[in-house]
Amino acid sequence: MPITYTSGEQVEVYRFSIPVTIGVPLLALFVQAFVPLRFPSFSVYVDLPLLVTIFFAMARRNPISGLLTGAFIGLAQDMLGHNAIGIYGIAKTVVGYGASSLGVKLDVENAGARFLVTLGFYFVHAAVYFTVARGLVNISQTWNWPHGILAGLANAFLGVVLFFVLDKFKQRT
Amino acid sequence: MESVLGRYRNLIILVGVLFLQVLGLAVQVKKSGNDEEKTRLIRIWAIDAVTPFERAVVWAQNGSSNVWHNYFYLRGVRAENRQLKEQIEGMRLQQVRLADDAAQARRLQLLLAFKEQFISRTVAAQVIGSSGSDHSRIIYIDKGENAGIQRDMAVMTSDGIVGKVLLVYPSVAQVLLINDESSGVGALLEKTRLQGVLRGTTNGEVVLERVMSDEQVAVGETVLTSGGDQIFPKGLPVGTVTKVGSGRDLFLNIKIKPAADLSKLEEVLVLVEKQERTATAEDAVHLRASDILAQRLPSVPDKPAVDAKSATGVPDVTGNGVANTTATQPKSETKPQGLTGHVLTGPNSTGQSPNSQSLTSSRIGSEKPPSAAKTGATGSPVSATAKAVRNPPGTSSGSLPAEQPIRPADSTSSAQKPNDGLGTASTEPATAQPNPPDAQPKPAKPTSSSPPQSTSQPPADEANPH
Repeated sequence: MPITYTSGEQVEVYRFSIPVTIGVPLLALFVQAFVPLRFPSFSVYVDLPLLVTIFFAMARRNPISGLLTGAFIGLAQDMLGHNAIGIYGIAKTVVGYGASSLGVKLDVENAGARFLVTLGFYFVHAAVYFTVARGLVNISQTWNWPHGILAGLANAFLGVVLFFVLDKFKQRT
Repeated sequence: MESVLGRYRNLIILVGVLFLQVLGLAVQVKKSGNDEEKTRLIRIWAIDAVTPFERAVVWAQNGSSNVWHNYFYLRGVRAENRQLKEQIEGMRLQQVRLADDAAQARRLQLLLAFKEQFISRTVAAQVIGSSGSDHSRIIYIDKGENAGIQRDMAVMTSDGIVGKVLLVYPSVAQVLLINDESSGVGALLEKTRLQGVLRGTTNGEVVLERVMSDEQVAVGETVLTSGGDQIFPKGLPVGTVTKVGSGRDLFLNIKIKPAADLSKLEEVLVLVEKQERTATAEDAVHLRASDILAQRLPSVPDKPAVDAKSATGVPDVTGNGVANTTATQPKSETKPQGLTGHVLTGPNSTGQSPNSQSLTSSRIGSEKPPSAAKTGATGSPVSATAKAVRNPPGTSSGSLPAEQPIRPADSTSSAQKPNDGLGTASTEPATAQPNPPDAQPKPAKPTSSSPPQSTSQPPADEANPH
């Protein structure tokens, strides 16, 4: 059981049942693909698969598990689009690894920490996506700071709410 | 060594996973062009995992909505029905006027041997999902290969174009929207006829590119498809110009508001069958506004068919006094190759211009009598076109006897028309001048070398349906 830098206390490592492990990412992908048909700005400001990646990575506190979760969710998200498969995969792999590594070191159970962590990882995700899409795949990208900050805040708020809902599915190891 | 691997195990796995994905990206980028086909098997897993849920939700949503609107919420339906019937009556009259204009345009196209693309079959499909990302503006529809949908088919709504089919699966298809940055559509401005390329931007806007900066483009102008992309037929609505500014490299930056609301698509039409054929000077039923009105007045008898027949000389006359002038002919028959060379040779070309009726006959090949060339008689395609407009096949002027082909207006030097092999050796009065499309057909002024046409003059209402 790891000990955090922030509180100096031991933190719990959680696991999830197989239906939750498979079903929640799938549900996130489904909502992400379906809701924009009714609310077009949803896909512009919200990235539910990213939030799910961060949540699972931080709850499991295992870097390997975190990066694999991110890779699978990201690749699935790539498959729904028409761009090359792997751009979201790489970005979410990095986020999964970072979030789980951070979860080992920091106490991320409270709302404030979750807000900041989600906000930070949103920008990490956007930066990695931007770099890979532009540098490796040659997709034209424009960085828009106001939009980025707004989307980051929206994801952070939604993440705090979502994490408290998903906490119900946690199982102690 | 083992301790190093153990200490950096997480990092090594991270690098390994990233390396594999970068490798995958490299393979896809290298095979760009049809990389979608290469990754088809992988993509279908995700689509098969997500689309059943989307179908179920859409089905449930539509079902409940239909039950409510069709069985419970029927307030105001009678009034709406009455209003719609009145609207239909008005639109029928308008349709007659527009059909006449369209027929006129077809006759002109026929003279220029234009090929037209007609939408012959569409498949209605429901939008069931999207990519969920603003980096990839695509939608999924609930029809695929099983419904006859193929790659690169045009997708549209009644308002305007939406996009093209990018990938097709057995029961689902992926549609690339026109506001995606990787899409491109040939488009033209309706009034100025300036052509450009319609592209999406990273933030989901639609811009018209490749219009030179010295051109005048007005805000509010309508944009149509140009047909140059071989996907969208020409003339479909694209949108309207919302902003015009100077762009890069001497081109204008024209922002377009799409006619179809791309953010709220529910049902779309996939253009599964296009028919390309040469324009024909048909058309099946030549209705007049007065006929529509007559149908609603029981006291007004139908026009006797014999009148029309005797006036026009066209045998295909319906019992309603509606002349079916020239049947639509298949592509191979109506492709007047020889005519193209004749009409498009410019104002100094020589030879006769057959009238519009003879264009669809087997006499098309005899477009340029050698002797006419010898005489140096010049011909104007414009005047020939104008003649065809003045003498549409549906009217008596258009049904000039085949022995009286049109002679260009400026060939007044009594160019003798040789026998073209079909017993036609006559000339047409040299006074034919281009008239406005809605002008009344005038009797041709006879010259010394032309026979009179008095027998073929129509009644005024026959010649001008308006």
